[in-house]
Amino acid sequence: MMDGDARPYDRTPGVEHQEATANYLSYTVGLGLAVLLTIVSFVVAQTNLLWQPGIPVGLIVLAFAQIGVHLVFFLHIGTGPDHTNNVVALAFGVFIVFLVITGSVWIIANLNWNMMDMHP
Amino acid sequence: MTIATIGAARPELVRGRGGGGPASTRTVVAYGFWIFLLSDFILFSGLFAAYAVLSGNTAGGPTGADLFNVRNVFIETMCLLISSYTCGLGALSAERRQPGRFLIFAVLTLVLGAAFLVIESTEFAGMVSKGAGPSRSAFLSGFFTLVGTHGVHVTGGLLWLIYMAAQVVAKGLRPHVLRRLLCWSLFWHALDIVWVGVFTLVYLIGIQ
Repeated sequence: MMDGDARPYDRTPGVEHQEATANYLSYTVGLGLAVLLTIVSFVVAQTNLLWQPGIPVGLIVLAFAQIGVHLVFFLHIGTGPDHTNNVVALAFGVFIVFLVITGSVWIIANLNWNMMDMHP
Repeated sequence: MTIATIGAARPELVRGRGGGGPASTRTVVAYGFWIFLLSDFILFSGLFAAYAVLSGNTAGGPTGADLFNVRNVFIETMCLLISSYTCGLGALSAERRQPGRFLIFAVLTLVLGAAFLVIESTEFAGMVSKGAGPSRSAFLSGFFTLVGTHGVHVTGGLLWLIYMAAQVVAKGLRPHVLRRLLCWSLFWHALDIVWVGVFTLVYLIGIQ
């Protein structure tokens, strides 16, 4: 690579540089991991491998693992200096998504619970 | 004093934190598109929340366990997952200035994405013909809104892919075409992330 690592400050501002990008291997590893986790999800959902009431929680954990694999191997969210802003934005996005989903489920579950008292 | 010389004078300002001059156009474009994708995730989070809240309200109609065909969902998932892989390889071929390989991977992605849409629309048509359309219950309204919005995104992604393939043929792999391709590949990977949420929350938890 002509620029970047050896002389990090000797760059022309705003001009395209040869970016350190992924290779075929990283996509293939990502595909392998994602397929494996997907198959585990479908097996867990249809068998008694997990304790029955724990299956939804297990599936959600597997979903987070799959999303992690997608982010790292397909979207290349990493720890490099060019990724700082992307990771901070992602953290904020995840925070909002978490608030919207758990907040809605929590409030409506509470509402349903109160309604039950009115219709015994 | 230019920004580049500030970076040289203050080596603690590393790249990405103000040092080394402005980020490349590619990095800035990817960041802007990433912000859009996060806003799209927030849109989907609203639909996921609505589905999660309404999924028990079947109004005496069919439940998820009555309607969902897990085998079809597995095929859909694999189509989308492998299309995400071919999309990544296509983007990689484009970056390495191999338009022929890019077009092969683009066609594979297109075929797999179209297969996904065919299976999904067959499922929707089957449900509507069984009287389980979006107006049957709150559960089905939430289901069709969430899964349908994802399907619309996939359709949009495929149209965008056809448009990008035409640009690669007409203009070649110029820097601005490569940046558009980068945005498209980010969009396509993001759709797969949303689908992980859909098949887990809607289908796999729905049949429990």
